[in-house]
Amino acid sequence: MLAGHRTWVFEQKPVIVSTGTVGGPFEADGMLADDFDLLHGDLWLAQDSYEAAHQVLFEEACQKAMEKGGIQKDHVQFILAGDLINQITPTSFACRTLGSPYLGLFGACSTSMEGLALGAYIVNTKGAKYLLTGASSHNAAVEKQFRYPTEYGGQKPPTAQWTVTGAGAALLSGEGSGPRVTSATIGRVVDMGLTDPFNMGGAMAPAAVDTIEAHFTDRKLDPSYYDLIVTGDLGKIGREVSLDLFKKHGTAVQEEQFQDCGLMIYRKGQPVLSGASGAGCSATVVYGHLLNRMRNGELKRMLVVATGALLSPLSFQQGETIPCIAHAVSIEYGEGDMA
Amino acid sequence: MSNNQKKELTPVQQEYQKLQKKRETKRPVLNNCLKAFLVGGIICVIGQAIQYFYIFFFDFTEQTTGNPTAGTMIFLAMLLTGFGVYDRIAQFGGAGSAVPLTGFGNAVISAAIEHRTEGFVLGVGGNMFKLAGSVILFGVFSAFIVAMIKTILTQWGGL
Repeated sequence: MLAGHRTWVFEQKPVIVSTGTVGGPFEADGMLADDFDLLHGDLWLAQDSYEAAHQVLFEEACQKAMEKGGIQKDHVQFILAGDLINQITPTSFACRTLGSPYLGLFGACSTSMEGLALGAYIVNTKGAKYLLTGASSHNAAVEKQFRYPTEYGGQKPPTAQWTVTGAGAALLSGEGSGPRVTSATIGRVVDMGLTDPFNMGGAMAPAAVDTIEAHFTDRKLDPSYYDLIVTGDLGKIGREVSLDLFKKHGTAVQEEQFQDCGLMIYRKGQPVLSGASGAGCSATVVYGHLLNRMRNGELKRMLVVATGALLSPLSFQQGETIPCIAHAVSIEYGEGDMA
Repeated sequence: MSNNQKKELTPVQQEYQKLQKKRETKRPVLNNCLKAFLVGGIICVIGQAIQYFYIFFFDFTEQTTGNPTAGTMIFLAMLLTGFGVYDRIAQFGGAGSAVPLTGFGNAVISAAIEHRTEGFVLGVGGNMFKLAGSVILFGVFSAFIVAMIKTILTQWGGL
């Protein structure tokens, strides 16, 4: 079960039975529009506030996952999820609608993999038959909380990133066929003393590298074991810095196998500067695009490393540095797992 | 506090920050200055045109045309903010769209729109000057200091 210091190896290999992904208008215009189950043309989603729209995003992602998995909501034992808004209200309110027992998580943008790791642990020990896990973010709701009003004309530096409007949820089970969760490495809080909230990639890169290297040490694996090592939302700068760090540490992670969800979701020409970010970024890209690629046989083994910056608007105004975290989960899909 | 923390950075942190700095995309300062000059200039030309408009078509003089011109510019900024255009101009124009009066208007109006969902009193009323409040405070304060200096110089300095 426990391998090394902080890695869980799941003997039962919990199955990701189905997933649900929902996106907004900006995502519909992006590179991965075809991989979303549901896309909205309007940021408001016919709600009165962006926060309510945020809640609907997550509700719909869960409903899609249950629908595709052929499960009624009464059969879902637990929901493990979170988002970026204060007191994670959108997720909690969505779980009020869904009605299943719920554990709220906060890991900033690493919540998706925090949930998947914990969910897989629960399913692996037969703590649940069916379990939903996911994360979501809404561009306007998150910007409102962490930055300036959405319509405020402040120029963003080229290091800034664009918060994804989207939600991704996965239905986990001990039985069935589909991609399997094989192990998870829990991250440490890493703080390299950076203070610029407009350069999250640079702040989060050391946390990602720390977790990835711990994963290989704990599991005694070589990076070449994975077809793809994908980070959550490091963006252009974070990815380059991570590659520099791997080189410096002598970790044999190749440039081609090391990708970032934040660089996949949008196409060139969209004004996202250094890339995408947000809790919904890794959730939608992994549960949508990447698992689709796995089911198509393009990928057999991947390591998903969701990265989160654990700051609040208050903490950076008080001059605190930005502590970061990254959780890694390995997902595998071999010939034997195909339906 | 933040300064103390910077001094207390561990060698590992310092080394990382150096490495990170190399990869960090720099702000294109010269380019930004040119764009700001262009956008700011265009906004001022529009303002000038409106000023002449009021002088030629209405009964205003160069001294009295300030108020209606400012009002019109703020109204235009409000429309552009409401239609979601001003923030795009600002991403291109930077200081060029932030420094003129329209930028101040945008700061007030965007906050008002943003907090509409929390109601008119606590939402719009309480947050409208969230960004512009410090501009008003320090603007009035520095005006007060300058006025004091001027008064002292004219009263006792014999100017």
